[in-house]
Amino acid sequence: MKVNRRAFLNGAAATAAGLAASGGFSASARADAPIKVASIHDLSGGLDIYGKPMVDALTFAVEEANAAGGLLGRKIELLSYDPQSNMQLYTQFATQAALKDKVAVVHGGITSASREVIRPVLDRFKTLYFYNTQYEGGVCDRDQFDTGVTPAQTVEKLVPYAMKKWGKKVYVIAADYNYGQITSQWVKKYVQENGGEVVAIDFFPLDVTNFGPTISKIQAAKPDFVSSALVGGAHISFYRQWAAAGMRTRIPMASTTFAVGNEHIVLSPEECNGMLVCYNYFQGLKNKTNEAFVAKFHKRFGADYPNITELAMGTYQGFWLWASAVKKAKSVDRMKVIEALETGISIDAPSGKVTIDPPTHHCILDVHIAEVKDKNLVVLENFPQQKPSDTAAVCNLIKNPTDNQQYVIKI
Amino acid sequence: MDLAVVLAIQVLYAIASLALISLGLAIVFGMMRVINLAHGEFLMLGGYAAIVGTHLGFGLWVSMLVLAPAAVGLIGVVVERTIIRFLYGRMIDTMLATWGLSLFLIGLTTFVFGNTTVGISAPFGALAIGRYRTSAYTLFVIAVATAVLGGVYVVLRHTRLGLIARGTMQNANMAAALGVNPPRVYAVTFGVGAALSGLAGGVLAPVSGVFPTIGVAYIAKAFITVIGGGAAIVTGTVSAASLFGTINQLATFATTPVFGEVALLGAAIVLIRLLPQGITGRFFRRGL
Repeated sequence: MKVNRRAFLNGAAATAAGLAASGGFSASARADAPIKVASIHDLSGGLDIYGKPMVDALTFAVEEANAAGGLLGRKIELLSYDPQSNMQLYTQFATQAALKDKVAVVHGGITSASREVIRPVLDRFKTLYFYNTQYEGGVCDRDQFDTGVTPAQTVEKLVPYAMKKWGKKVYVIAADYNYGQITSQWVKKYVQENGGEVVAIDFFPLDVTNFGPTISKIQAAKPDFVSSALVGGAHISFYRQWAAAGMRTRIPMASTTFAVGNEHIVLSPEECNGMLVCYNYFQGLKNKTNEAFVAKFHKRFGADYPNITELAMGTYQGFWLWASAVKKAKSVDRMKVIEALETGISIDAPSGKVTIDPPTHHCILDVHIAEVKDKNLVVLENFPQQKPSDTAAVCNLIKNPTDNQQYVIKI
Repeated sequence: MDLAVVLAIQVLYAIASLALISLGLAIVFGMMRVINLAHGEFLMLGGYAAIVGTHLGFGLWVSMLVLAPAAVGLIGVVVERTIIRFLYGRMIDTMLATWGLSLFLIGLTTFVFGNTTVGISAPFGALAIGRYRTSAYTLFVIAVATAVLGGVYVVLRHTRLGLIARGTMQNANMAAALGVNPPRVYAVTFGVGAALSGLAGGVLAPVSGVFPTIGVAYIAKAFITVIGGGAAIVTGTVSAASLFGTINQLATFATTPVFGEVALLGAAIVLIRLLPQGITGRFFRRGL
């Protein structure tokens, strides 16, 4: 074939028109393409006791949204990454979610350590981030929303309740990383404010399984009760050894972490009955939204599903807060969704009303104190609409929108 | 005074549990020079065997003391026949293979049992010593460890089976020339090592609980004990477990659990620096 200048130009113009047309075509296809939502939760390794229920709850929420026609007329696609309880993989998957898969939002992170690993990555690549775990408080970052409860919402209620019931002398045991270190300081603060005394604070690396010497030390100190912030599978053996030494009936216990990993099902009733806990959600909460939710959840995952945990509900509520903001903003654009969330958006969730607190990006929600009784959590007292006052004392993202750090609150 | 007695029991318990979790590894490593990185998972499987047996109604004692070692011993023989036997003398390859096996076993257990497994509580109840209370089960663990160590010593020292095993490990060709079938001895030895790990996992299940990744909490301590002990299986395990157990418990009681772990690891580093062949490389050299 002979190519002269005219034929070439004609051909080029046709190609260009074709490109433009196909470009236009793919743009219109993009408007129908599914909205991608990333989940980064440990589904294997030592933290899977927490991660599995969270991913189940997120899967459930996405299916629920899709059954109702999706968001903005588009389906939602859940991309689930398993970082295998390994911090390095958290960085890798957060980068992949932001740059390669270009997700609209990331829900993820379980331990505070993992949150601090992915938060800077998602900040840098401007991807909206929801952290749905109860934690020690103080994160102040406009790109991030925290839907879990913090010490001013739970410890502030639990400590006086336990002190009134049992006495003023407290022995604190906690896991040895940022969560346990900071939470134990909150326990100490509230014990002292209520006129009590913390006799000792002991920290445990996450793989300790022999608690014999500590149990003797606690007996020697004779506290009125023990406050526990132990984390992970290995630490469950503390409660076992404590009960085997006949201490459960002698010195009672309150915890800021117990039952979050279904410890009350793994242990026998003789090993943990009577323990006090305080969270936003319990499966047995008596309200219509919750009863309908539990019935639907059991239909999807089986009636023998062990227990819908605090963290699972945090993740479910986190998704719906985001989804309501997307509806309000009529867009999945990061800044527009943040602004919609900052109007103080609110949902009617199974745990009660959950509202975003605009200055802190934390939540205003109900909390409940419950007691472990024969593998169930029996709710004893309700505290409606608690504000995240710990983080609010240091963080105001309306005044300082560029603030980006975790405040360690001085106690 | 009460406190001294309680502390003594706890030190003995720490020694007993270290010896229990290490003995299976010591046999496999000490006699066959196989570094079994799936050792922690053998312990974990022992725990599951005990729990499943109890839930099936076999009774706690049968499940813990018979079913757990039998099941894990059987798994050990299968693993030796299908994986390990192709890798004798290739230490690095064995490490890779057993590490893979360890991941596989964790995945398989999670798949089969999920991660919320109902445990079993310790029998016997509590024991009061003056103003202190401790679990009576602690004494049972000490008794089991003593019996197992004694049993292994007697078998190795005084039976024909022990003699053949030791002979094969020392010089397989010579043993073969004298009419022994070395591959069979290897399979049996590996199976016995696995069975002892299963027993340890079963006996410790009521104390530490059982979940798929529990092996991780055991394996480092088991390796430190075996390496610290050196070549002699029983003497090495007992001496290293005594040293590390005592240091760990006393440091934990005097300071905090964090320093207890640090003291154990620090002691291990100093020990290996001073005695690269382990305790039995220098002392008790005629031990077994």
